[in-house]
Amino acid sequence: MTQRYVGQALKRKEDPRLVSGTSSYVDDISMPGMLHMAITRSIHAHARIKRIDISKAQRLPGVHAVITGEEVAANCGPVPSAGEIPNMKRPQRYLLAVSKVRFVGEPIAAVVAADKYIARDAADFIEIEYEPLPAVVNPEKAMQPGSPRLYDEFSDNVSYHFGFESGNTEEAFKSANVVVKERFINQRLAPIAMETRGAVATLQMPDNELVIWSSTQIPHLLRTQLALMVRVPENRMRVIAPEVGGGFGSKLNVYAEEGLVAYLAKKTGHPVKWIESRRENIAATIHGRDQIDDVELALKKDGTILGMRVKSIADLGAYFQLLTPIIPTLTGLLAPGAYKVPALKFDQVGVLTNKMATDAYRGAGRPEATYLIERIMDVAAQKLKLDPAELRRRNFPRPNEFPYKTSGGVIYDSADYEKALDRALELADYKGLRLKQAELWKQGKYMGIGLSSYVEICAMGPSTAMPAGGWESGTVRIEPSGKVTVLTGASPHGQGQETSFAQIAADELGITPDDVVVIHGDTARIPYGIGTFGSRATAVGGTAMFLAIQDLKEKMKKIAAHLLETTPDKMEFSPGKLVVKGGSGRSINYTEVVGAAYMARNLPPGVEPGLEATRFFEPSNFTFPFGTHVCVVELDWETGEPKITKYVAVDDCGNVINPLLVEGQVHGGIVQGVAQALHEEVVYDENGQLLTGSLMDYALPRAHDFPEFELDRTVTPSPVNPLGVKGVGEAGTIGSTPAVVNAVVDALAPFGVTHIDMPVRSEKVWKILKGRKAS
Amino acid sequence: MIAHNFEYTVATSLGEAVNLLQKHGGRAKIVAGGHSLIPMMKLRLAAPEFLIDIGRIPELSYVNKENGKIRIGALTTHYVIETSDAVARGCHALADAAGLIGDVQVRNKGTIGGSLSHADPAADYPASILALDATIVALGPKGERQIPASKFFVDMLTTALEPNEIVREIQIPLRSGRTGSAYLKMAQKASGFAICGAAAVVELDGSGRLSNVGIGITGVGNHAFRATDTEKALNGQKPAPDLLKKACESAGKGIIALDDIHASANYRLDLARVFSRRALEAAIERAG
Repeated sequence: MTQRYVGQALKRKEDPRLVSGTSSYVDDISMPGMLHMAITRSIHAHARIKRIDISKAQRLPGVHAVITGEEVAANCGPVPSAGEIPNMKRPQRYLLAVSKVRFVGEPIAAVVAADKYIARDAADFIEIEYEPLPAVVNPEKAMQPGSPRLYDEFSDNVSYHFGFESGNTEEAFKSANVVVKERFINQRLAPIAMETRGAVATLQMPDNELVIWSSTQIPHLLRTQLALMVRVPENRMRVIAPEVGGGFGSKLNVYAEEGLVAYLAKKTGHPVKWIESRRENIAATIHGRDQIDDVELALKKDGTILGMRVKSIADLGAYFQLLTPIIPTLTGLLAPGAYKVPALKFDQVGVLTNKMATDAYRGAGRPEATYLIERIMDVAAQKLKLDPAELRRRNFPRPNEFPYKTSGGVIYDSADYEKALDRALELADYKGLRLKQAELWKQGKYMGIGLSSYVEICAMGPSTAMPAGGWESGTVRIEPSGKVTVLTGASPHGQGQETSFAQIAADELGITPDDVVVIHGDTARIPYGIGTFGSRATAVGGTAMFLAIQDLKEKMKKIAAHLLETTPDKMEFSPGKLVVKGGSGRSINYTEVVGAAYMARNLPPGVEPGLEATRFFEPSNFTFPFGTHVCVVELDWETGEPKITKYVAVDDCGNVINPLLVEGQVHGGIVQGVAQALHEEVVYDENGQLLTGSLMDYALPRAHDFPEFELDRTVTPSPVNPLGVKGVGEAGTIGSTPAVVNAVVDALAPFGVTHIDMPVRSEKVWKILKGRKAS
Repeated sequence: MIAHNFEYTVATSLGEAVNLLQKHGGRAKIVAGGHSLIPMMKLRLAAPEFLIDIGRIPELSYVNKENGKIRIGALTTHYVIETSDAVARGCHALADAAGLIGDVQVRNKGTIGGSLSHADPAADYPASILALDATIVALGPKGERQIPASKFFVDMLTTALEPNEIVREIQIPLRSGRTGSAYLKMAQKASGFAICGAAAVVELDGSGRLSNVGIGITGVGNHAFRATDTEKALNGQKPAPDLLKKACESAGKGIIALDDIHASANYRLDLARVFSRRALEAAIERAG
């Protein structure tokens, strides 16, 4: 089939309704009799709840119900969490705190009232008597024997130990010419989707189906979990994800508030709405990262890596959200990065602290791995006095070594790391940059060049490696008119599947993307699916759709061959028709074959009427996109302010369906990754009070912080799926962070600096420059 | 992010607003552009029972040049100040400051009178207002009162305004001859407010010597202040690089600097030195 649409930068079908504001997000939903929920949250990081007085709130006119922990503990299941590590301490949490609170922002009581203003006032009228307890926010302190304990039922705050060794690291370190070590702190981040969380629930007539609209990445998984949580049969519950204004992993979750809305709709018989405020969003939506990694790398003097040891501390926060303990362990799988690391020892402790839970945030465990390997590579290059590009080049597996089994225990599908590195260096004029750097140095100006040759784990994933199924569903229905309806379980939250999936379907069936409608995000319309996260939508969901299309094509070939009195193997799809191979010129219109399938008057023996197929694609492996980013920074010698003056990214995400969507993902990814490097950090004080509770204190990146990105691609198709795609949703975030920090350290290297912690705010650089010795 | 209940009144004149303020005492607040007060109300950090909206009084939005002064009405938006030719020509540092406030939406709604009355210690205007020797004209029950900028900023979020006074106008004296002014800042990455902002105004006499130097610094202390030692060290001198650098060493002298998660006190004080020098350099360049 010729590709007429795949590979084209088609504008997104989604955008007209989004940019014109005519679409519907959760907060656009309004129903007669709808009540509004507000939450009373803990002001303490750690405290016993001695008494809750809800009487004043109950008396406020317009208040319909006030509920507290005891009621929901008796009537609802706990907040779910997946993942199992041997001997893990798994804290259990109900929808509202029962007897104790463990982080600032933890829900204690919920109010529903006639409007959101009354609800908020009533929530503030709830009087809570606390007995404050000592809090612990630093994971290293939380691990100490004398630390305050979060859970009376646990002996300490260490939730799990996770580790493995591949190869013989002791031997590797003994035989090394050079060993470098450094501590890398991956600070806590808040995902900050543009649309905060929100949910509406209602019992819908005629049969009291519980319908929940939620801003979620996983409508089906949410339905399964909510059904358990609020004790409604799953087939009497419907979850709809309307437009979802971003998630970055934060909506790959099941939250207490979703359960509360569902429970309160059941309890009151009214529709109930909850829209999260931005302050709640920063305090009580999952956080990302928060990992401390002590890394040692053993090398020969020519730069060949012999082995690596990583001691990792993952700060899990106070409770488990859906994937809390799983995410940090991904760091171990990817720790070797794009290099041959023959021996790897990875040891991680997961620690409970009085903070919001960490979980999946764009990259989720892989940015931490990429940061530690890409930073330690630069530390090693500095020590060996080797160019960082050269050290990387010497340790890449060659293209003919793929599939390549790593010491992280995964099998990289396909790659040509050197090609992407070379292209990035060429595009950046790396040699010219090094000359310029030396020139500027003489003038007392500090410029740094940072590289990051990343690899990452996408297309999540084989079900054996996933907590709740790694497959995806795709249904394709060719309607009697020939128009095509695609139902995908990979419910998007901004990725653009309505466009990219339509491009694939159009090419396969010889129609146009406008003939295809992609439907998602509604458990009543879509066969069970998993969702969009881990850069899986196209590689897994797109493949499921592709396979369903192949089924329909086979069927249509049979019908066409029957009508043309030939054999199905002689038929092929062409734009608008099915033609007989071999240049005979014989063909039959696509719509005629579709019509024949539905009229069913002249079908070949054994062929059923209709044109609908559903397939569930189970991937055999993850995919492993890769690339090289080059970042150039200049430092203000007086204020320390780092300014990015050039940014080059060469990414390889396998085959590209729509370059516009790929570039959009890369742009957004770079911006978020750079923001971790330079700006963003969730800060709690020693008592567990959140100091970055609003966007006045939590620094999001802005357009003026960036130069024009210079992007290019190499294309190494993945053998893991028939589309040859790898995924690109997180690559930018994963690749960019170390490139920026490497650039800052490179600028400061002449002062003997080997590392600087994120976020690299101006003051940190200023301190180094203040203390520098005259050069 | 939902404010407490309040009553809302639209005032048709500033006199009416003053009367309403007197009537309600401390329970009322004036709102104009709403970009300082409303966020605090939504966070429930401020809970006035009455809001008196002066934002619809048309005659309070203007930039006039007369009698050797630029007169700016209290309701003039940041955007108007940023783009006013008269401001750019007469007191460039004020246009610089206006252009560095928030984003376009904020600059289209926020007003100079509201910003000055709120007196955020990291607001941009106060540095320029101080450096330019502006006068704030306030209206109260007893009529108009002129408050020199140097007396206006009293403490964090506290001005010399009486509870029942409202800013009516800002007056900036025009300078003649070779003169220039500039405002520069380092923004806090999240809020965009100044970690340190410095405004400088200079005049150059026939022999190229500095006179009437004004330097205002915001974001560093509890409230904006003038770098008087630096000014003294510069007046009567020719602006050589070494002199500027040395003079600016005392830019934050005697100030107890703010210290928070965004910047330490020492860093802020050093930025005060760097940014006053850079603002001076820019002002001197503009003086031609």
